[in-house]
Amino acid sequence: MSATAAAWIVLAAPLAGTLVTAVLFRRLPGRSAGWIGTAAVGVSFVFALITLARIQGIAPGARELTSTLWTIAGTTGVDARATILVDPLSVLMICVVSGVSMLIHLYSVSYLDGDRGYARFFAYLNFFVFSMLLLVLAGNFLLLIVGWAFVGAASYMLISFWYRRTTATSAGIKAFVINVLGDIGLVLGTFFIFKHTGTFDLLASFRAAPHVFASGSGDVTAGCLLLLVGAFAKSAQIPLHTWLPDAMEGPTPVSALIHAATMVTAGVYLIARMHPLFQLAPAAGDVGALIGCLTLLVAGTIGLAATDLKRVIAYSTMSQIGYMIMGVSIGAYAAGLFHLMTHAFFKALLFMAAGSLISAMGGVQSLDRMSGFRRALPFTFGCFIVGGLALSGVPPFSGFFSKDSILLFAAGRGGWHWALWAAGYVGALLTALYTFRMIFRAFLGDPCAEARELIETGHLHHPEAPTNPANGEIEDTDVGFPGPVHAVAERALPMRAAMSILALLAVVGGIVAVPHVTSWLDRFLAPTFSDSTITGNASNTVLAIGLILGALVSIGGIALAYVIWVARPQLARQAHARFAPLATLFENKWYFDELIDALVVRPGAWLGRFSQNTFERLFVNGLLVGGSTGLVRASSALVRATQSGILRVYAALMLLGAAAVAFYFLLQS
Amino acid sequence: MSTFVFFVAAIGAITGAVGVIALKNPYYSVLSLVGHMISLAALFLLLRAEFLAASQVIIYAGAVIVLYVFVVSYVGDAAPALGQDPGRLAALGAFACGGALVVELFIAVLGSGLQAIGHDGAPYHAGFGTPGQIGTLLLTRFLAPFEIASYLLLIAAIGAVTLARRRGGLDDGIEGDAPVLELLDVLRPRPAATGTMAEAGGSRGMSEP
Amino acid sequence: MSISWYLAISAIVFALGAGGVLVRRNPIVILLCLELMLNAANLALIGFSRMWGNGDGQIFALVVIVIAACEVTVGLGLVVALHRRRLPVDVDELRELQG
Repeated sequence: MSATAAAWIVLAAPLAGTLVTAVLFRRLPGRSAGWIGTAAVGVSFVFALITLARIQGIAPGARELTSTLWTIAGTTGVDARATILVDPLSVLMICVVSGVSMLIHLYSVSYLDGDRGYARFFAYLNFFVFSMLLLVLAGNFLLLIVGWAFVGAASYMLISFWYRRTTATSAGIKAFVINVLGDIGLVLGTFFIFKHTGTFDLLASFRAAPHVFASGSGDVTAGCLLLLVGAFAKSAQIPLHTWLPDAMEGPTPVSALIHAATMVTAGVYLIARMHPLFQLAPAAGDVGALIGCLTLLVAGTIGLAATDLKRVIAYSTMSQIGYMIMGVSIGAYAAGLFHLMTHAFFKALLFMAAGSLISAMGGVQSLDRMSGFRRALPFTFGCFIVGGLALSGVPPFSGFFSKDSILLFAAGRGGWHWALWAAGYVGALLTALYTFRMIFRAFLGDPCAEARELIETGHLHHPEAPTNPANGEIEDTDVGFPGPVHAVAERALPMRAAMSILALLAVVGGIVAVPHVTSWLDRFLAPTFSDSTITGNASNTVLAIGLILGALVSIGGIALAYVIWVARPQLARQAHARFAPLATLFENKWYFDELIDALVVRPGAWLGRFSQNTFERLFVNGLLVGGSTGLVRASSALVRATQSGILRVYAALMLLGAAAVAFYFLLQS
Repeated sequence: MSTFVFFVAAIGAITGAVGVIALKNPYYSVLSLVGHMISLAALFLLLRAEFLAASQVIIYAGAVIVLYVFVVSYVGDAAPALGQDPGRLAALGAFACGGALVVELFIAVLGSGLQAIGHDGAPYHAGFGTPGQIGTLLLTRFLAPFEIASYLLLIAAIGAVTLARRRGGLDDGIEGDAPVLELLDVLRPRPAATGTMAEAGGSRGMSEP
Repeated sequence: MSISWYLAISAIVFALGAGGVLVRRNPIVILLCLELMLNAANLALIGFSRMWGNGDGQIFALVVIVIAACEVTVGLGLVVALHRRRLPVDVDELRELQG
């Protein structure tokens, strides 16, 4: 089987899973929908591995395979084809996406148990996987845009999965609107590029780009900036990030899959995929690096103040994607994708563990109410620790190598990139702090009521009435709300299996690219990025300094977190009181929601009201509609007056008409 | 001689026309039309349209006028009640219209500079206007109009029967449920005493109930 | 006689017919007036036929006679139907078909 044929099956499997679970959703008994969905993604993953094996057998220079299924539209100047591109970058992406997705499907089989929308959930989830695979396999801009939009739509459906929760539906709408903003950026950027290269094909565009664009010219910079808008919206970068924390309204596996492991990394993939264009537009790359750097700092500080368990992880995701965006923007493509991969492992693991913990709390997500779950949920605690260590970048966990390789590249670029390097380590300190703040508060200390119940009676806590964790509204467990069953990893084998595999990967995932020891990932991706003109070879001294600094910062951050939140809890309160304005700023998420509200939403709403009340009523309804109907009414009244019904009047009018026509010809002659 | 005949026929035609519109009793109007038709036939003869003249007399003065006479006799009493003064203003307006029309037509026909109408027309050659020439034309150049005209006559005849038949047709709604005509009704035998053609022929219907 | 004389007669008869349609209220008389107008047209057509020595105009006149016959059939059928339904045989009274 050729690599491209396997790649087509990678795409087809989740689509088939979607169709089966969606069509048969009433007839699938028990958990069968979940197993079908998992199997579909599993098939996808197996064929992704086959693709990987097949592409290894090809000479490095020729590892760019395209396969066209059919031509959608082929006219002069437009070449819209259903083409996939199989090269090391897309193969890496499909392996990560399908692999992590498969584990999350496996987790969901137990986690969503009892939910009335079980089959619907897996249909959505499979559709999402299909969209994401389409995005990363797309061989031309059109399929890329289609996959991009599908991913946004799937994200909307999954965030709003519990559609009777008003908070969930509004979060879904928010995510969708901001994602569509990104779609517009992507489409416009594509147009800028298409206008000059004259082709939608990715490889052909990249080959043509150096000939039609002068380096740093206005059009290519504008195109790349617009692509960046799309990347920022998908990857939740400032200022288009506000949807991601709200997206935590979705079920926890959705948060793990979409908002940690796959969808939000689409922006990173986009920049890496478009690197031949970004190299022609250094200014756009600088913008991306600055925004990524800003995001990683801002999100880290908000993560320090957030009290909702899932939101802490969500801000951590934003912050880590800031690293990746920064990395691929400065040219550290392999390093950025390395971080993407390891992040997918440990962030999915953290979300899964968080889901288990939330189940044990009976749906409550507030960190203020959790404590002492260490003995109640030992497996979950272990997963949290592994994920937290990997996220903080403690050696030898995977996050340590991937984060440091991005910062190393920044150092190698020199110049103002040293600032990015420094900011990266500040961010690493913040990461260690908020991660272990979360873990210590939830698992150490005196057991809370729910934890005690679990230890003493062995029963999971179930609240009197299920409530919405966001606003405390009372809910039922019918369709459109979470189901009555709560599942913790300790008691559900599929969850435990998925989490174990991810934990293993989070520990050892870094092995694929240890500097100077194993550079497997770099070598694997080299054919894709061989045309990169940016190099960031730092000296071994800098490498050593970076690795040591990274280890020190992460371990120091964890120690600091232990001191503040475990050893001397009063220190946290003192710090909170001492830096009250700063704490308020962080707790209010740097007022980004309010800023966007004031700058965009309110003027938009005012314009809408103005249009509706004034423009629509006076001009459209009054003048245009009323005017034209009045005109028609007046003229029809005039005509009606001649319809007297008296035959002789009609005859006279007809005669007059004929006479007038004759008279006209008389005058003409 | 022909001039004399022309003037006699012309005066007859105009007098007949005036009689049609001026006489109060529609029966006299019809008779006046007969005079008009015969005068017109004479004019046709002067124009060497022998066949047309003959058809005019047979079709119009014969068949059509007989139809008129029957209808006027049938409507009978209703007719005298009608034909009140049309209202002086309306009559004046109508005659103003008619006068203006005459003037306009005169200008159009006589003042248009058509040279040919100033003389007696093309030289006569034998056979012009005879039934033979008309027949040849009808069956060669004008075959299609001829056929279409025959269909038109057929349709008009059916329409007249439908309109004027005793019951059915345009339903007067006494029975309450208006019958809807379908395509197959043409083939289906009608119930008795509904004024079908078959009844008229006496072949069916009368003996049944 | 010059053709123009015939045309003059035709015009006068046509105008008389038109005036009659406008003045009279009895549908039978209105039909008669329509006959007058059609006959006037026939006269003109035959005049033109004579003028060019061409039989086409006569065929045209023949078709007009056919149409006149149709019109009389349907028109008189309507009059009979009106009478049957005890409706006034007066065009001014029949004015339900207004807009």
